[in-house]
Amino acid sequence: MPEINSYTVNFGPQHPAAHGVLRLVLEMEGEVVRRADPHIGLLHRATEKLAETKPYNQSIGYMDRLDYVSMMCNEHAYVLAIEKLLGITPPERAQYIRVMFDEITRILNHLLWIGAHGLDVGAMTVFLYAFKEREELMDCYEAVSGARMHATYYRPGGVYRDLPKQMPKYRSSEYRKDKDVERMNAAREGSMLDFIEAFCDGFGSTIDEIETLLTDNRIWKQRLVDVAVVSPERALQLGFTGPMLRGSGVEWDLRRKQPYEVYDRMDFEVPVGSNGDCYDRYLVRMEELRQSVRIIRQCIDWLRRNDGPVMLSDHKVVPPSREEMKDDMESLIHHFKLFTEGYCTPAGEVYAAVEAPKGEFGAYIVSDGANKPYRLKLRAPGFAHMAAMDEMVKGHMLADVVTVMGTMDIVFGEVDR
Amino acid sequence: MDAMIELAWTVTKIVALVIPLFIAVAYMTYAERKIISAMQLRRGPNRVGWHGLLQPIADALKLLMKEVVLPQNANRALFVIAPMLSIMPALAAWAVLPLSEGLVIADINAGLLYVLAMTSMGVYGIILAGWASNSKYALLGAMRAGAQVVSYEIAMGFALVGVLMSAGSLNLGEIVQAQQGPIWNWFWLPLLPLFVVYWISGVAETNRLPFDVAEGESEIVAGFHVEYSGMAFAIFFLAEYANMILISGLAAIMFLGGWYSPFHGLPLLGPAFEWVPGIVWFVLKTCLFLFLFIWFRATFPRYRYDQIMRLGWKVLIPVTVVWLIVLSVMILTGFGPWF
Repeated sequence: MPEINSYTVNFGPQHPAAHGVLRLVLEMEGEVVRRADPHIGLLHRATEKLAETKPYNQSIGYMDRLDYVSMMCNEHAYVLAIEKLLGITPPERAQYIRVMFDEITRILNHLLWIGAHGLDVGAMTVFLYAFKEREELMDCYEAVSGARMHATYYRPGGVYRDLPKQMPKYRSSEYRKDKDVERMNAAREGSMLDFIEAFCDGFGSTIDEIETLLTDNRIWKQRLVDVAVVSPERALQLGFTGPMLRGSGVEWDLRRKQPYEVYDRMDFEVPVGSNGDCYDRYLVRMEELRQSVRIIRQCIDWLRRNDGPVMLSDHKVVPPSREEMKDDMESLIHHFKLFTEGYCTPAGEVYAAVEAPKGEFGAYIVSDGANKPYRLKLRAPGFAHMAAMDEMVKGHMLADVVTVMGTMDIVFGEVDR
Repeated sequence: MDAMIELAWTVTKIVALVIPLFIAVAYMTYAERKIISAMQLRRGPNRVGWHGLLQPIADALKLLMKEVVLPQNANRALFVIAPMLSIMPALAAWAVLPLSEGLVIADINAGLLYVLAMTSMGVYGIILAGWASNSKYALLGAMRAGAQVVSYEIAMGFALVGVLMSAGSLNLGEIVQAQQGPIWNWFWLPLLPLFVVYWISGVAETNRLPFDVAEGESEIVAGFHVEYSGMAFAIFFLAEYANMILISGLAAIMFLGGWYSPFHGLPLLGPAFEWVPGIVWFVLKTCLFLFLFIWFRATFPRYRYDQIMRLGWKVLIPVTVVWLIVLSVMILTGFGPWF
């Protein structure tokens, strides 16, 4: 009889904790994981290839669908790369709006992360608390772009349109009494900036609430402390970025180290962990939520005081307004050319990266001078993190696999692209 | 003829207990969903019937209509027997529970032993279900359940030894009578550490959060009942909730003075509440514990398998042993109003 040491368990792709479509083949000895073999590609949509077949602007929408919980940050990297290629800089107001929405996106992402992480570890109430807050931010997305998730709001040369002067309001219905509607609309009376500010005022206590449930919870700590420890050196070697790297104690944040847009004018801290375990990564992300609120407040302050265009007026790249188009021959031609052929970029190659909520999200574009990229390569932070799966869970127990998956903040849209 | 009448009377008593119990189980699921949704800022079921009150019935109907899938490589006999094995003890244990003074199906002297025997039977259903489904997830769940129940059974047993020492009887009715008096006369006070240990072990015994590793939704999908569908699944579900009610009822009997009012024997309040039947107090106390079950589920993350073991063996069992010694001293010295 051969001696049987281990057995394999197929973890996913249909599994409550698979975060989408992860398929992990686990080699286990009882409860202990000996080897984890992640299989990817189940959500592969050939985004990079598709982008090669379309004018530049038509691929922005695909970027939303990569990491579908941090939509605008993906757009940002792609749009930044195009702008770098064209050599244009968006107006200052557009830059502030982008920074503000990057941070709103970070909050959106981290809220989903804490919800899913909590759910993985078994704390299910956090999930609903987080989603209640997400709803408000989704409304902001909708107010500026018309879509709750896949915004396509950033464009080369600025953002699609200025912030709305008023927020959409709830209406009373069979299930919503007038009194409730009044309460729900209280923050929506003013402009969008007022609404976001009201959110920022209330959000601090939401983070406190979530932290009350988790941070000092004995069970939560037992499940997270000293699980999947990654040393700073190893984290760098593995290509970690974002909170995964900062959790290991490496102070690396693109917003600080190579500021884009107006991040160099923002006052914020970069939280760093010390042990490099799941608990540190949790703390880092919770602190990032607070820092994001800080940045948003600074943006609101600036945007209130400074009006101005949010798009360039260079109609070789940016379409003219509808009004102009109706009675100006040249504008009509510009409009027609831009929406059929798009614009051509100079030949060359660029790489632009942003500090997405999950880490460094980069877009590398090779242009041969045509109206579409010759090659687009996207650097997704989740891919590098996923690759470390085996190393992080080896020797841990089955339940820790789920914790590690939560701490990685994996989204398969970006891993598989 | 007399034997026939006796048999009919016993059957009537059983039916009179089991039917309300099933209704209680059904509405326990409703209460759980409503309470958790209130804690999570949601509405919970509110479509079937007034405020969703018919939801449990709709759920039961749905599960009844569904096909019970027998996996191809499952051990058919054991697969079918397992759910019955898990619900049977959960119901059988109720036979010795006094709902009020004298209101009990079988007033036997070894009641406590019988309850312990019955509650520990339940795990066989889980282990068999896990083994018979021929699925790795189910097997892992069964293994976890086995290990967990064995270790918590000991802590629970020790905690109950304390009760039996204080009451001087194994008969559940006499245990309650030993606690006669107002709220501070009940055993929860002198046996506080044992009470806590019993309660934690009780939660672990029923495989509820934070000890639900046997189900472990996010780890092993649904654990031991991953392959069960339709009514077979519903029976596991019923068994889990029946066990919750049982553990809560036992806690009320052994530590919270069963059917006694919290003001029993007090000069003014005592007579004021005399008109309330004992069973009402018993049900209220049981509901208090059931609420705790639900509250835990909404609040706590799940323990890891090895951490559960550590808690059971290294914390709970030593605590009970130490307190048993303290208790013996208390009994020998005739401490306080209790002994």
